Amino acid sequence: MELKVKQVKRVDGVKEAFYIPATFGGLRLTVKHFFRNLLGSKDVVTINYPEEKRPISMRWRGRHRLTRKNDGFLKCVACYMCETVCPSKCIHIEAGEHPDLSIEKYPFRFDIDELRCVFCGLCVEACPKEAIRMDTGVVAMAYSSRKTFDFTRDLLRDEYDPKQHESPKYADEDLPRPDSSETALPNSQGIPAA
Amino acid sequence: MEIIIEILSIPLVQSILKIVFIILLFAMPLGTVLTLMERKWSAMIQDRVGPNRANIGNYTGHGLLHLAADGLKSIFKEDTIPKGANGFLYLIAPFFGMIAGVATFAIIPIAGPIGDFTFQVTDIEPGLLFIFAITSLSVYGAVLAGTSSNSKFALLGGTRASAQMISYEVFMGLALMGIFMVYGSTRVSEIVDGQNEYWFGNLIPMWGVFTQPLGFILFFTALIAETKRAPFDAPEGESEIVAGYFLEYSGMRWSAFMLSEYIAVAAVAVLTTTLFFGGYHVPWLHLWESAPQWLVTLLQVMKFSIVTIFFCWMQIQLRWTLPKFRFDQTMALGWKKLLPLSLANTALTAVVILAFM
Repeated sequence: MELKVKQVKRVDGVKEAFYIPATFGGLRLTVKHFFRNLLGSKDVVTINYPEEKRPISMRWRGRHRLTRKNDGFLKCVACYMCETVCPSKCIHIEAGEHPDLSIEKYPFRFDIDELRCVFCGLCVEACPKEAIRMDTGVVAMAYSSRKTFDFTRDLLRDEYDPKQHESPKYADEDLPRPDSSETALPNSQGIPAA
Repeated sequence: MEIIIEILSIPLVQSILKIVFIILLFAMPLGTVLTLMERKWSAMIQDRVGPNRANIGNYTGHGLLHLAADGLKSIFKEDTIPKGANGFLYLIAPFFGMIAGVATFAIIPIAGPIGDFTFQVTDIEPGLLFIFAITSLSVYGAVLAGTSSNSKFALLGGTRASAQMISYEVFMGLALMGIFMVYGSTRVSEIVDGQNEYWFGNLIPMWGVFTQPLGFILFFTALIAETKRAPFDAPEGESEIVAGYFLEYSGMRWSAFMLSEYIAVAAVAVLTTTLFFGGYHVPWLHLWESAPQWLVTLLQVMKFSIVTIFFCWMQIQLRWTLPKFRFDQTMALGWKKLLPLSLANTALTAVVILAFM
């Protein structure tokens, strides 16, 4: 194949040789940006991260959460679906006998090693009871110790900080009120129990 | 009380007070604040946020605390001397540029005289020739730093800096010849007073920028080249020689180089203001004859400061607008374009003065 060379014509002449018209042309652009941003940062697209957070999509997969039934027990029935489907083998479940005889099993242990997790969301899709979800809206997990990333059952269930829940899934009125923390934990729909 | 007035009337005490006020309270803070302003303003030009993280508690002051943070960091950093460097020259080099920048302020009046008291450290007869001598001194900072660092990049930067600064000094002087001829003096106070006259009745003040428009552009260009800032920053050329002549420095000595660059920016601004924009003279203020003296002085200081800050801003704006000249382009622009232009400007001014005055 024959290569085609496009020759860009050089602009020469008095205007170019004197630099000054071109300098003013450049200054016009930079001064315009300077004053636009001086009077209210109109063109700045930066998000000041720790103070402002970027909006998260409804489908954004964050740290896991074990949902509860209205009576406060975990929805999880320890069926091992998520542990089986997990491609990174980061979920470890040990089943225990549930005090309510109508329910067969409940997770005695439910550990997720968040360092191994690849946040693929397959566990959420595999769960038959909607017991595990990834809608906490926790964007970044940064801890100084490796052990801290081993989330046990109670951490996954109870560490529920409304400030962390900036996912659009939770509107403000859906968040649990401090005076009724016993009953206010969200059910599987993310709506606090009445 | 009388003793205080008596002490204050001793010329030496007055000079020391002026040095403290003009240099420590005007020049140095301006240079220091410019280090932050360059970062904030360039951020605005490029649609960024700029420094805003340094904080005490929740207070950030829109990045103002970065000044303190940078200063503290520089003080506590190790002051390294590279192996094989010429220790003495290496250690004193950073302060040449700083001295040159600060000394410029010594002959700049920031307000009109009240009686015998002048707002000027000294009003020497050579005036601007002193500036030429002092700016030549600032070349030493770059050259000594470049040669004593025992580093190839620093040496290249020092060589470029010396060649550029010496050649741009030539027509920095020539560009001012017109000013000397128009106002008939090298003394700064006389040049400033000469700019307080008016053309066409009281219509246009006889500022240097109107009497010497070409001289202004040439002088401003030459001074930007003297400060080694973009578009003439080949001596520092980050993309090819890392940081140029001050590559090996660290800690407070590196800060001295940066600070001297910004003091030089401030010095360029005050020189431009003084020589081409009427200095401290507020245009058309003489029409208000009953103005109280304190108000006049205040207005003069304000006008001087505003124009100075405008030209500091202008230099930063130019730096973030123009691409860098290659080193041979810098020299070609200097010797082939600006030198003939400044010679022509000098000749033209002489002809006009001879013909019409």
